[in-house]
Amino acid sequence: MAEIVLEGITKRYPDGAVAVKDVNLSVGDGEFVILVGPSGCGKSTTLNMIAGLEDITEGTLRIDGQVVNDKTPKDRDIAMVFQSYALYPHMSVRDNMGFALRLAKVDKATIREKVEEAARILDLTEHLDRKPANLSGGQRQRVAMGRAIVRDPKAFLMDEPLSNLDAKLRVQMRTQISRLQQRLGSTTIYVTHDQTEAMTLGDRVVVMRGGVVQQIGTPQHLYDQPENLFVAGFIGSPAMNFLHATLEEGRLRTSVGDLGLGDRLRRALERHDAPRDLIVGLRPEAFEDAALVDRGKIGSGTTFGVDIDVVESLGSDVYAYFTEDEWQPTATSELAELAADSGTADTGAGGHQIVTRLNASTQVREGSRAELWVDTTKMHVFDPASGANLTLSEEPAD
Amino acid sequence: MTQSAPTAPQDAQAPKGNRPLSEGARQERRLGWMLCAPAVIVMLAVTAYPIVYAVYLSLQRYDLRFPQQAEFVGLSNYGAVLSSEFWWEALWVTVFITLVSVAVELVLGFALALVMHRAIFGRGTVRTAILVPYGIVTVVAAYSWQYAWTPDTGYLAALLPSGSAPLTEHWPAIGLIILAEVWKTTPFMALLLLAGLALVPEETLRAAQVDGAGAWQRFFLVTVPLMKPAILVALLFRTLDAFRIFDNIYILTSGAHGTGSVSILGYDNLFTALNLGIGSAISVLIFLCVALIAFAFIKLFGAAAPGAQEGGR
Repeated sequence: MAEIVLEGITKRYPDGAVAVKDVNLSVGDGEFVILVGPSGCGKSTTLNMIAGLEDITEGTLRIDGQVVNDKTPKDRDIAMVFQSYALYPHMSVRDNMGFALRLAKVDKATIREKVEEAARILDLTEHLDRKPANLSGGQRQRVAMGRAIVRDPKAFLMDEPLSNLDAKLRVQMRTQISRLQQRLGSTTIYVTHDQTEAMTLGDRVVVMRGGVVQQIGTPQHLYDQPENLFVAGFIGSPAMNFLHATLEEGRLRTSVGDLGLGDRLRRALERHDAPRDLIVGLRPEAFEDAALVDRGKIGSGTTFGVDIDVVESLGSDVYAYFTEDEWQPTATSELAELAADSGTADTGAGGHQIVTRLNASTQVREGSRAELWVDTTKMHVFDPASGANLTLSEEPAD
Repeated sequence: MTQSAPTAPQDAQAPKGNRPLSEGARQERRLGWMLCAPAVIVMLAVTAYPIVYAVYLSLQRYDLRFPQQAEFVGLSNYGAVLSSEFWWEALWVTVFITLVSVAVELVLGFALALVMHRAIFGRGTVRTAILVPYGIVTVVAAYSWQYAWTPDTGYLAALLPSGSAPLTEHWPAIGLIILAEVWKTTPFMALLLLAGLALVPEETLRAAQVDGAGAWQRFFLVTVPLMKPAILVALLFRTLDAFRIFDNIYILTSGAHGTGSVSILGYDNLFTALNLGIGSAISVLIFLCVALIAFAFIKLFGAAAPGAQEGGR
């Protein structure tokens, strides 16, 4: 296993289009790093450049301390798992898994041994002599993993390996991949467009947009301290709610009411010399049914009345939705892209939906008015022009 | 194709085993037969009848110069053909031309298919240019080859030492016939192989690349096996066509100097010598050879052969 270092990696196509711009990333030995972003953000291109399937226009790529920019995939000693699994349909599972070793001229007994061990780990022993066409989706996925494992490569690259599976199997395989990665201690770079996968699998997550890295950090760090609107809106499910706000007399005036600024926020906004028009970001769990909030705590937030449209009870929590009319989703390109990615741009729902996550014991009912409370200490404030988060307390730590 | 159509309704019935058909199924079956009927009737008229008639003629002594002497002679025409050195020489020439031209076409066709598949710019132009020979009538092309190789007037003959007339010598003439055949039909091979190349997923090739396969290994260990059905279709079509080679030989040498194929032999007996009995026997033998080739392809290549179940992939 090895360390992978990207320095100023850029991909420019002959027609001038830039797919990936100045990516700097250092993946430690045995680390599990996720590249995540909406389609077309350059994550797969980055992975292909690491694999050697695409040329690097600028920058240096080091694997295990060695510059490998001009090396063929064969000489980089990395294994890759593809979205379509890309199994060889004319070969048995055994031959699929042993193909790389056969090309490397490893002797037959060793190939057999390694393939059978990988098959044992992945529970594929009884399928070794079958053709991929006779396997289920999950089994094929495991064969693709097995093909990577037998080689004992310096690193694993995975390009959306779970997106062809159905939802239930995806969750199972997710834990299996996680367990496998820990067991093998392998350096892994994993590409996905699914932020849930990114949050649950990765040691660190790299959020990309339009070929540019937006933020690198642990899942929790990205969730708590998003550096910009895009990361804030992309990470988290349900997504963060955004509201237009104007800064007046030390308060943020929004369509749901005036939100008070705590000392920390006020200082942060002053430090950044915040403009008058701002965007406020509130995660669903920042809201609560006002009736259920402790007396002592209620002062640290704002209480407001809304008409609840929809209530979804999940048993453990209740999601309550209400509509806010002042919102213009295309106000910034980040939010427009987020809306397009999440599909909310296409639903044609009138107005802007705000999602709140309330305690299961709430009495909020569909179609009735409710008093909600929002914890303003958990509020993020963004500059609409640059998209930057103005409320980050410290300089972001990796 | 058309022959398999009438069996379709039976296939539909197969899973039901021997249980009596429901009214709906019976109606569907009747509709199936009715939809197939026009094609079946046309096929019977234009193929089955001539084949049966040729078999009938091949069992007669029937020389158009002496029509009164026509009589049933059993298999003696076949005996005459199979014991004649002309048949065996023509068969050998035909097999040689078939094997060499199909082999060369496969290699060239693959090269052209890869060029068409990988062409980044001028895709349309490249494809058109490659397909031009296939768009020219065989007889026209054959005449232009004939002029080109004729001493004194031909531009290609002019490149040879003076006094040489390649079309009048056995091996050079066969070589030129093969050249004309290859030039003419390689584009067809390339087109069929191009369709096959589209069957090979890009990601599978990338996976092979990451697995450490070089360009040749990717081609022979991944591309070719995945294209096997398409390759077999191309080979089968071309072999059957090449075995019946006629026009190129007819124009270039008329079968002189030991260059006649079995089709030329049949033509000579039928239309020059007007011996319908012997000529029909030759035609039936050619038909049997073609059937044998098709059968061998299906048998040898098993499940991956065209027409077999798509279980090969």
